[in-house]
Amino acid sequence: MFGIPTQALFGQLLIGLINGSFYALLSLGLAVIFGLLNIINFTHGAQYMLGAFAAYFLLNKLGVGYWWSLLIAPVAVGAIGIAIERLMLARLYKLDHLYGLLLTFGLALIIQGTFRHEFGSAGLPYSMPQELVGGRNLGFMFLPNYRAWVIVASLAICLGTWFVIERTKLGAYLRAATENPQLVQSFGINVPRMIMLTYGFGVGLAAFAGVMAAPIYQVSPQMGSDLIIVVFAVVVIGGMGSILGSIVTGFGVGLIEGLTKVFYPEASNTVIFIIMAIVLLIKPAGLFGTQK
Amino acid sequence: MTAIPTPFTPATNKMRHQRLAIVVMAVIFLLAPLVVYPVFMMKVMCFALFACAFNLLIGFGGLLSFGHAMFLGTAGYVSAHAAKVWGFTPELAVLFATAAASLLGVLTGLLAIRRQGIYFAMITLALAQMVFFFYLQAPFTHGEDGIQGVPRGKLFGVVDLNQPLAMYGFVLAIFLGGFLLIYRIVHSPFGQVLKAIRENESRAISLGYDVDRYKLLAFVLSASLAGLAGGTKALVFQLASLTDAHWSMSGEVVLMTLLGGLGTIFGPVAGAVIIVTMENYLSQLGAWVSVVQGVIFVVCVLAFRRGVIGEIAHALKKPL
Repeated sequence: MFGIPTQALFGQLLIGLINGSFYALLSLGLAVIFGLLNIINFTHGAQYMLGAFAAYFLLNKLGVGYWWSLLIAPVAVGAIGIAIERLMLARLYKLDHLYGLLLTFGLALIIQGTFRHEFGSAGLPYSMPQELVGGRNLGFMFLPNYRAWVIVASLAICLGTWFVIERTKLGAYLRAATENPQLVQSFGINVPRMIMLTYGFGVGLAAFAGVMAAPIYQVSPQMGSDLIIVVFAVVVIGGMGSILGSIVTGFGVGLIEGLTKVFYPEASNTVIFIIMAIVLLIKPAGLFGTQK
Repeated sequence: MTAIPTPFTPATNKMRHQRLAIVVMAVIFLLAPLVVYPVFMMKVMCFALFACAFNLLIGFGGLLSFGHAMFLGTAGYVSAHAAKVWGFTPELAVLFATAAASLLGVLTGLLAIRRQGIYFAMITLALAQMVFFFYLQAPFTHGEDGIQGVPRGKLFGVVDLNQPLAMYGFVLAIFLGGFLLIYRIVHSPFGQVLKAIRENESRAISLGYDVDRYKLLAFVLSASLAGLAGGTKALVFQLASLTDAHWSMSGEVVLMTLLGGLGTIFGPVAGAVIIVTMENYLSQLGAWVSVVQGVIFVVCVLAFRRGVIGEIAHALKKPL
């Protein structure tokens, strides 16, 4: 096809889908947090890294396997997130939103710096769970089981989150609190607690992505810092107005990035930012966003 | 939602002590090489100018750019390349570098000002990352090595800048010139309109101001002055490298300005002095530098939002 071997094309598309899974999970978490807290969580990349390290420690220090890590790491990192929200972020809600960005940026520097000091910049290997080793031949390409799992799991989590927020009563409270927190509180709903749990959930999503990333990428202190900038671009492209939008944009951008690696590898690092620039020119509010 | 605190409301009759403070600052920088290493002071002045340029945008325009490293880095590469490969004299290399940063400022500014607040920060960060990847791959930047051994050359073809004193004078002149220009901009009608936009954009629009043009001009001015700092820095260290274009540099200039005092005249200079000194002492500690920076960020945001100069100005009840 177009003079490119189909193996290479589908291989890159698969990598694109994998990257897209992580973009979608992370931008979803950012969007959920932003919706209620009006804060762009710069610590998101560091919390993703914490998730991966949590999985690494659980396996190598405590002998806890991948599947339990998938549950424990997000809860643990989410709990840290809740502490951050209660102790620090909660003091900033009345101030300019930019302070939230600066605070979370500072926290990211602290977390990443500490881990870099302890573990250096080299990555630590994390072995794949036994159940998902190997792969299957689809005829046109070879599909490793673990990668298939990442795509399916990320899709499931994303759609589940979408369902909860858009189709359940809890989600209705959340959306209402996004629009007008005072009014929702006057109906007897504990909005501060909702904000706290929302932040914890968003952070948990990042840690979940981190655990899933551990067997694919190396577990390293830097793994989140460049990724988070790409995810910011994804968020600008999609606009933060809609949950479904951030999921679609995440996967879409991942695929486009994969295609770029096939047809014009030199631009594969920059293509997302170029798309962002084009979207800003045509639709400044983002593909799925509404300008406030 | 309260805006970024403004430690002062400018009143022309109260500006005398600011001018006095500028003179004091100039004298300090003039005499500093008697006590500290000239190269260290030149580094401080480059970063101080960089931070002042950044502060013009956030402190007076209310726009938080998280990508200012792209202007510092671009100007550094352009100045180094012009001086080393094309044999430009230093003043032309710096001018050319400033022009390149302005051009980049126009291009990125046109995109970034289409969104506000948090989005503006994310967009500038993303654009700066794109520029960083470009320099990572472009052949003329020599990748990880950077452009090394940049000649300082002869100023106007006459004064040899390899003499430490001459170089110090050159950097001091650029720093003070840039600082005075920013001071002038802030107190000009243009600066007042910028502040009006920061305080209440819709009202500024309803008063008939073309808000986007003011924002773009502020962005380009800030980019150019950051470029001026970057171009000079490349000549001081005779090196242009990826470090200057990396996002951590963008974070560092935010930190300097925040610590010194957002929206103050002298804050960015004080912030640059503190941060550069600190990094000088902590440089052996490696990764701890970023931890310390992070702690300063957190403390400043939670408890010290006025910054050093902002607190002093508040105590003296005088704008600084």
